[in-house]
This record gives sequence, C-alpha cells and structure tokens, in this order.
Amino acid sequence: MPSKKKDSAPKSAEAAAAAVPEEPQRTRLAVRKTYKLYVGGAFPRSESGRTYVVADSKGNFVANAAQASRKDARDAVLAARAAFGKWSGATAYNRGQVVYRVAEMLESRRDEFVSLEVPAAEVDAAVDRLVWYAGWTDKIAQVLGGANPVAGPYFNLSSPEPSGIVAIVAPRKPTLLGLVSVIAPVIATGNTCIVISDAPRVAITLAEVLATSDLPGGVVNILTGSAAEIGPWLASHADVNGVDLTGLADAKLAVTLEQAAAETLKRVRRPAAALDWSGDPGLVPMTAFLETKTVWHPKGL
Amino acid sequence: MTATMTPLSEVTRSDAALRMFLHGLPGVDQVGAQARAAALGTRSIKTTAKAWAIDLSIRMVDLTTLEGADTPGKVRALCAKARQPDPSDPGCPPVAAICVYPAMVPVAAEALRGSGIHLASVATAFPSGQAPLSVKLDDTRAAVAAGADEIDMVISRGAFLAGRYLEVFEEIAAVKEACGDAHLKVILETGELVTYDNVRRASWLAMLAGGDFIKTSTGKVQPAATLPVTLIMLEAVRDFLAATGRKVGVKPAGGIRTTKDAIKYLVMVNETVGDGWLDPDWFRFGASTLLNDLLMQRTKLATGHYAGPDYFTLD
Amino acid sequence: MSAFEYAPAPESRSIVNLQSSYGLFIDGEFVDGDDRRKTISPATEEVLAEVTWAGTADVDRAVKAARRAYTKVWGPMPGAERAKYLFRIARIIAERSRELAVLESLNNGKPIKESRDVDVPLASAHFFYYAGWADKLPYAGFGADPRPLGVAGQVIPWNFPLLMLAWKIAPALAAGNTVVLKPAETTPLTALLFAEICQQADLPPGVVNIVTGAGETGAAIVNHPDVDKVAFTGSTEVGRIIARAVAGTSKKVTLELGGKAANIVFEDAAIDQAVEGIVNGIFFNQGHVCCAGSRLLVQESVADQLLESLKRRMATLRVGDPLDKNTDIGAINSAEQLSRIKTLADVGEGEGADRWSPPCQLPDRGFWFAPTIFTGVSQAHRIAREEIFGPVLSVLTFRTPAEAVEKANNTPYGLSAGIWTEKGSRILAIADQLRAGVVWANTFNKFDPTSPFGGYKESGYGREGGRHGLEAYLAQ
Repeated sequence: MPSKKKDSAPKSAEAAAAAVPEEPQRTRLAVRKTYKLYVGGAFPRSESGRTYVVADSKGNFVANAAQASRKDARDAVLAARAAFGKWSGATAYNRGQVVYRVAEMLESRRDEFVSLEVPAAEVDAAVDRLVWYAGWTDKIAQVLGGANPVAGPYFNLSSPEPSGIVAIVAPRKPTLLGLVSVIAPVIATGNTCIVISDAPRVAITLAEVLATSDLPGGVVNILTGSAAEIGPWLASHADVNGVDLTGLADAKLAVTLEQAAAETLKRVRRPAAALDWSGDPGLVPMTAFLETKTVWHPKGL
Repeated sequence: MTATMTPLSEVTRSDAALRMFLHGLPGVDQVGAQARAAALGTRSIKTTAKAWAIDLSIRMVDLTTLEGADTPGKVRALCAKARQPDPSDPGCPPVAAICVYPAMVPVAAEALRGSGIHLASVATAFPSGQAPLSVKLDDTRAAVAAGADEIDMVISRGAFLAGRYLEVFEEIAAVKEACGDAHLKVILETGELVTYDNVRRASWLAMLAGGDFIKTSTGKVQPAATLPVTLIMLEAVRDFLAATGRKVGVKPAGGIRTTKDAIKYLVMVNETVGDGWLDPDWFRFGASTLLNDLLMQRTKLATGHYAGPDYFTLD
Repeated sequence: MSAFEYAPAPESRSIVNLQSSYGLFIDGEFVDGDDRRKTISPATEEVLAEVTWAGTADVDRAVKAARRAYTKVWGPMPGAERAKYLFRIARIIAERSRELAVLESLNNGKPIKESRDVDVPLASAHFFYYAGWADKLPYAGFGADPRPLGVAGQVIPWNFPLLMLAWKIAPALAAGNTVVLKPAETTPLTALLFAEICQQADLPPGVVNIVTGAGETGAAIVNHPDVDKVAFTGSTEVGRIIARAVAGTSKKVTLELGGKAANIVFEDAAIDQAVEGIVNGIFFNQGHVCCAGSRLLVQESVADQLLESLKRRMATLRVGDPLDKNTDIGAINSAEQLSRIKTLADVGEGEGADRWSPPCQLPDRGFWFAPTIFTGVSQAHRIAREEIFGPVLSVLTFRTPAEAVEKANNTPYGLSAGIWTEKGSRILAIADQLRAGVVWANTFNKFDPTSPFGGYKESGYGREGGRHGLEAYLAQ
C-alpha cells in the first residue's frame, strides 16, 4: 500500500462516484491504481517509502503517488545505462517501430487520459507527436550526417549518435503533450532517459503505455516527485550525459542544475521561455542530445 | 614477422603453403605508405650532407643502356664514363656497375677490365620474361660465361598475377643456380604488379628463392621506380634480414633522373633500414641520365656556380 | 652516429618582421595598453617581443567595437560580400604563408615542417571553405533564414595558434557574427599578424578584435554580458569553469577540450603504416594535441613485434631546432607545460611502468622533452587516464575486440580514437562502438575544413569544421 493515509482521505473521487445512488444495495468499490515509479521497465515504490498526495483539479484526493528519492534517481541512472547499449545499438528502423507502437498504445488509452483531465485534443496531439518522432528515427542521420569531401584520398563520413543518458525535467503543462514532447525526441535518437515529473497520474499512466509498447525496460525511467530534490542528484551524476531543462519553470533551480551539469560537461538544454508545445518542434529537441561522429578511412588499392 | 614463426623452408614446399605465407604477410595501406614516402621526400639535405650523398649516389649507379640500338661503340663509351664520370675531376668516384644486354657483355667486360666496376647483364628474356625457362637459363649462363658478375632477371609477372607463386619461385631459384657466383638481382616490375601488397609478396618470394637483390623495374614499363614502392621493398629486406639473418640489396631502377630524386631515396634508405644499406653493395640506382645530374650538382657544390650540360659528357 | 648525418637546414627567420612591442587589435587598429609582457621562443627562451595583456576595460572596448560592427556593418552586409572578405583573408594567409609558418614555429616551438605543411595551409583552407558558406546559409540545414548570434567571444589554445584562430573566426564571420578573440598567453604573435592581415583585407573595423592576455582576459570575455556566444578550445578544467560561468545566461557555448585517445592496433593491421600512425598520433606537434593518440592499445599477439618496430622508428625522430626543416619534434611550448609533462612521466615511472626514449641529444636552452613511451601500463595508472599533452605514449595491451572497445571507452574523455586493422567489417563495427567524435581508421591526426571535429563526454560539445561547424554560430 502506498501509504497509511489512504483511508483517511476525506473526499476522494471514487467515493464521490460511489455516492451516486444508482444501485444502492450492490455498490461496487472501485479498484484504485497505485502510482509508483517506473524504473528499468518495472514499477517499484520509492526506496524511501515516501508518498505524496495527489489531488485532481477540484482538490479531490486521487492518489498517494510515490515520491522519488536520490537513491531512486541513482537506480534509474543504472537502469538507463544498462539499457543504453542495446537501445542505441538497435536499428533506427526498430526504434521507429517501437516509438510508433507507443503512439498506438497511447491512442488506445485515450479515454483514460481524458479521465485524468487531459484534454482530448492534447492526447491527440501527443499521439501525433509520437508518430512524428517515430518517422524521424531513420531519417535524422540522413539529414544531419553525410559524406565530407575532404581534400585527400579519404572516405570521411559524419553521423549523429546519441549522447547517452539524458535527465529530463518534464514540463508541468501541458502535462501529457509536454511529457511526450521531451521524451520522444530523446529516445527516438537512441538515448535513454530519466524523467522527473510531478504529474504522477499522467506520467505513470504514460509509463504503462511505454511498458506495453515493446520499449525495452530502462530506456525511459520516470521518477515522480520534486525536481528541486532529485534534479541536483541527476544533474551532478557523473554517468548522466545530458540534462533537459526545457520544461523547468523554476529559473533559479535551472541555474543550479546547469551549474551542476557543468562539472562533467553535460549537454544542457536550457528552459525555454514561452515555448509553444503544440508547434513544430524542429530539430533542436533531437540535436540537443546528439553527438557527431566522424570516421575517416584512406582510399587505396 | 610471421616468418619468424614459420620455418621458411616449409613455406616454399607447395603452392598452397607459399600462398598462405605470402598472403599472411602484413598488408600495406597504400595511402599511408605514400604519405610516409612523401614525408621522407621533404627532408632538406644541404651542404656537407648533400656532398656526401651525391658521391655515394654516384658510387651506387648501375649505369645502364638497354636499347635495341646499342652497339659496341656505345657500350665502350658508357664504360669509359663509368670509370671516370667527370674527366675534369679525378676525385669523382666511379659508378658501381654497367648494365647491358647479354649480347653486349663481352664488349663491356673488355672495356671494364681492371676497373673494379661490376658488370651487370639483364637476362631471362628481358624485359617481358615471356620465354620458356630453358631459354631464360641459357640466356643467364651465356651472360655469366661472357663475363657478367651480376644478373638482372625479370620474374614472370603473368605467373605471379595468376597466383602461380611456386612457379615463379622455382624459376628464380633455377636462375640463381644458373648464375653460379654471379649476383642475382630480381626485377619485380612493380609497375605491372600494381598494388603494394603484391610488391611486398613478390619481394619476399624473390628473397625466399635466393635473390641477392630485389629490383623495382625494367625501365620499360611505367611507372618504374617510385619512392613508395622502394619503401615497401626496403621494409621487406629489413624484415627478411630479421627473419632469416640474410641480407638482401635493393635497386630502384627507371625514372630516377635528378640528384634531388636520388637523395630522397638515400634518405629513405637511411631512415628505413639504416647505415647497413648505405653502401653500393646493398643499394643501387638503375639509371642512365641520373649520373650527369649528379655530376652537375657535384660541381655546383664545389664551385658555388650552377653547372651547364655542355660541360659534362653525353654518352 | 649515422653514416648519413643531415647538415643543419634552418629556415630563414628574415621573412618575419618582428616588432618590439604589440598593442591590442581593437576596432581595426592596434591600441596600446598598460600591461606589457614578454613573449618568448620556447626553443631558446629568447624574447621575441612584448605584447599587451588586456584588462577588463580593454575587453569591454573590444566587445563594444564588435557590437558596433555587428549592428552597423557586418550583420546587415549581404552574405556574398562577407564571403569575399573571407576569401581575401584565405588568399592573404596563403600569400604570407612562409612568414606565418616561421613566426608560428618561433613563438610556439613546433617544427617548421608542420607549421609550413599543416597549420598554415589548413588555416587558409578553413577560411576558403567557410567563405563559401557566407552566402549559402539558408542551405545549411539550420532553417530558411538562419540568423547570426551577435558577438562571439573566442578563447583559443597555444598548440595550433593560427589554425585554432581560423577554426574560430572563419565560421563565426561566415555566419555573420563579429568576434573578440584571445590567443593563448604564450603564443600571441601569429594572431597579431593575422590582425595585420585583416587590415590588408580591408575588413571593416571591429569585425575581428584580437585581445592578448592570460586567463583573466579570457574570463573577462566569457563573462562579458554583451557576448552572445562563447567558443573555447583548451583544457577540460577551464571548460568546466566556462560551462559554470555561462549557466543561466543566454550565451551559446561550444567547448573543445581534452582527450586521451585510444589508438587501437589489431594483429592483422598493416604494421608499417600502423607504426607511422602511432608516431604521428603521439609525436605530431610534440604531443600537444587534444586528439593525440596518447594511449596505444595493441593486441597482445603482436605487441612485442609492434613495439620493436615502434622503437626502431622512434630512433629516427629528429628532436631540435623548430626552424630546421628536418626537425620532427620541436620544443615544448612552455616551462609550465614541460614541468607538467615531467611530473606525469615521473608518476608513470613511480607507478611501475617501463619508460623508454631513444637516445637523443636535447638542446641546453629552451624547453625540451624526448619522445617517450611507457610499456606495461594498465588502466589503473594515471598515465593511462590523464591527459599529458606531451610526447609521451602509454602502451596497453588487449586480447579481444570487445576488450579493446571497453578499454578505449573507459575514460571521461571522448574526442578521438584510432583503429588499425585490414578487416573492413571490423573497422565499421569498432567505429560504431567507440564513444569518440573523430575516429581515424588506418590513419590518424587528419584534419580538413569540411570535416567536423569535436568530442563526446568531457571532451566538450559542439563541432568545428564542415556544415556542422556553422551551428555554433547561428540562432536556431
């Protein structure tokens, strides 16, 4: 059980629904979902045992979500690192199939996200965004890479490669589209990631989508809780290669995290002021966490 | 080298064994080899070093005439030049050898008598090598009998390129035997072997078969000697010495016309195989026009003025 | 003693017209400053000239000049016109190449054959390449109407003074930015000659500003609030400081930092070329190369044979007068760098690795270090992990391709790597697995203006060269 506070919640959504007097004698008690973390393809509780109350927009209690700790962050980095080799080494075609599968699964859970107060149009946009990135996996290398005509008898080819592990602070709004918009470009290009979200219901429901989409465990890890608490651990973690702060509204925290990231020269995407999440994302969400590798070889008989 | 691990008598037992050995030699990267040769070519050899290199180069020249129009008169003139390259300077050293067709050997032998200058004769159906073995052996024996103490044979490039390595090996071995005491230089005709991998394999093949020298070219095929090809051959003799204890000489021939070229070769010898090969017994230039340029540069160094061709003999 | 001793073949210094003292190049003119310091030849410790160390106020003047030029002249100028200026600069560098090469070797200590055949021609080629981009930016893949960032603050190292200047200034100007550049403390002279070239090219005042000085001058540039873009090449240590300093600003940053490249030699390699590649990889430019192949990973089955060849080859390296055309290894750039190299080499010995150098006589004056290899090195040794930035090679062995990759990647750096094997499919597989920005297969230390260069991990971020190099200087 997530917390001892469960039964003491004064006015939960389910309780309100149960109060509708349709079949008074045989009211069925709903089975609630436990919102845990998503790490390495599994849904563990926080090692800290902590949870925090999540309410809906009307202030009704809806869940006790797991509150991730620094040790959860550490475990998530291990999971992301373990997944990186295979995921980055998978064919771009294969990654495209998987990301497209995520779109399919999200589409099939449309109603569930609507019930979590995500506007239907946003769910649609999130699905479409996944489809957009699914198509990018096997094109980005052609757009960004290519042969360089060096002045000598050498074959010379540049190709983009994923930076590695990216720690992401998910935007608070739009909850689902924002989350998808920061995860999809990072994984489409072969990175693995750890996402900090404080919208546990949407984030963990998306984790369920991911978990049923042939996405290998550890490629996406979702920690629900506080960016201020976990962010510095991830930004300073020596095995994290990039930090995406696009969705971070707290400017002071963003500076702290960027400074922490400087210690190991992580790639940093800074907070974007007034970003239009529904517009064409362009290439930057992908290029921010791509390296260019250039291979030379002589041409001779 | 792989060779140190393989008893070399074993590798020439069969075509298959020979193929396995030659194809087991380390590969040559063409671009890298050419870059190395070019880098060595940028050495700047000045003053005393240049004077030393010019005199050594003169002493390494196999002064060559291999024309259908060669006559006794032409050959006698060349021999005179070999003895005394610069009539105006008795301090100028003689060349290493004269190189002629077998028919001209008796004339040259007479003209060189007592000079200490070696007499080399091309043989084995030079330059194509396309004749029966018996003819090639007769060719060789005749040249030696007439007074040649060095034989420059050509390998059968056709057989080599067709992969009949053992045939090439046996032919070289047979010619070596026919040479008796005469030194055998094996011409690989690298311009027809094309790749450096082939040059390396052919070098080893010639050395395994008993060649005393390996030589780049007949001079009748372009490209003839080049710096990178010579580099590959120098590496081969270096490695062969390490593997077998037997030292083999190298002779680039054809296309070396200027002092600048010759010095580049000497730099390459110096920095690839070292002092041991900076000697006419172990390194030769197969050339004809090179000698006059060496003489002109020699004069320039001595006098401080540029020299003119009219002051040097045309032979 | 070899039978064939090469007589000295020094390049003449007379082509260089050294002034006794140099000011800062701000707004198209040389202006005097208060703080003058000597700059020397590391080969002889001879004082070559005095240069000015720019203070915060000088940097501010330079940034203001750059801003003015950006707003009034360079920003609005049609790309085709900017291109012509850059082409001009490329040509003038070529025309004055001998002078630049001699000056570079004097001030830096590198062999004249390298400054003459590598640094200066590549610098000219770099300007020529980026010149052509100036009027083609919409085709570069950064949007239909890519905009410059504004004023670029650029700080470059001492190992390739003119070439690094070209890598910085050419793309910046092509993209429409103006620059304030600080050459390294010990190698200011070719940058100041470049300033003269800008004058000869009639480059509008303020487009290029050269401020000489040390770390504090660099910090003043990086921290200047009106600088829109920071580009730095140098140590990872300073890279960290810069990354911290710009946190929370809108400055765009690219960093090209240290490295500890693995040069992997497989048993089936073309051994003679591999030896050349190893020598070039670590002894080119005295090993003062961020992408130097400073870790040799050789397959155990050929290690003995390879090391024998390598030692034989090293014995032919000619260490000495940088201006001698036959010198292969010149002077270490500074006393400070020399002491760093010595310290780490001593650490290597202390750690139990076997140290070897060919017999070679080092000059009495100046800063010198003999080419050195350490064998019997393991991953745990500091000389296998820390960047020495000198002519010192650490040799490690491996048994399988997987082990080679694992060891190669086992470093916080990720700038470059080398692979030597005659097997094509192995090259492609290994190249895929190496976490490094430049992978040289069957070659090493090759550079070209069209070829992007830059690192993974702590070797920095961003690329210089090629179409990719424009990204650092364009708003997206």
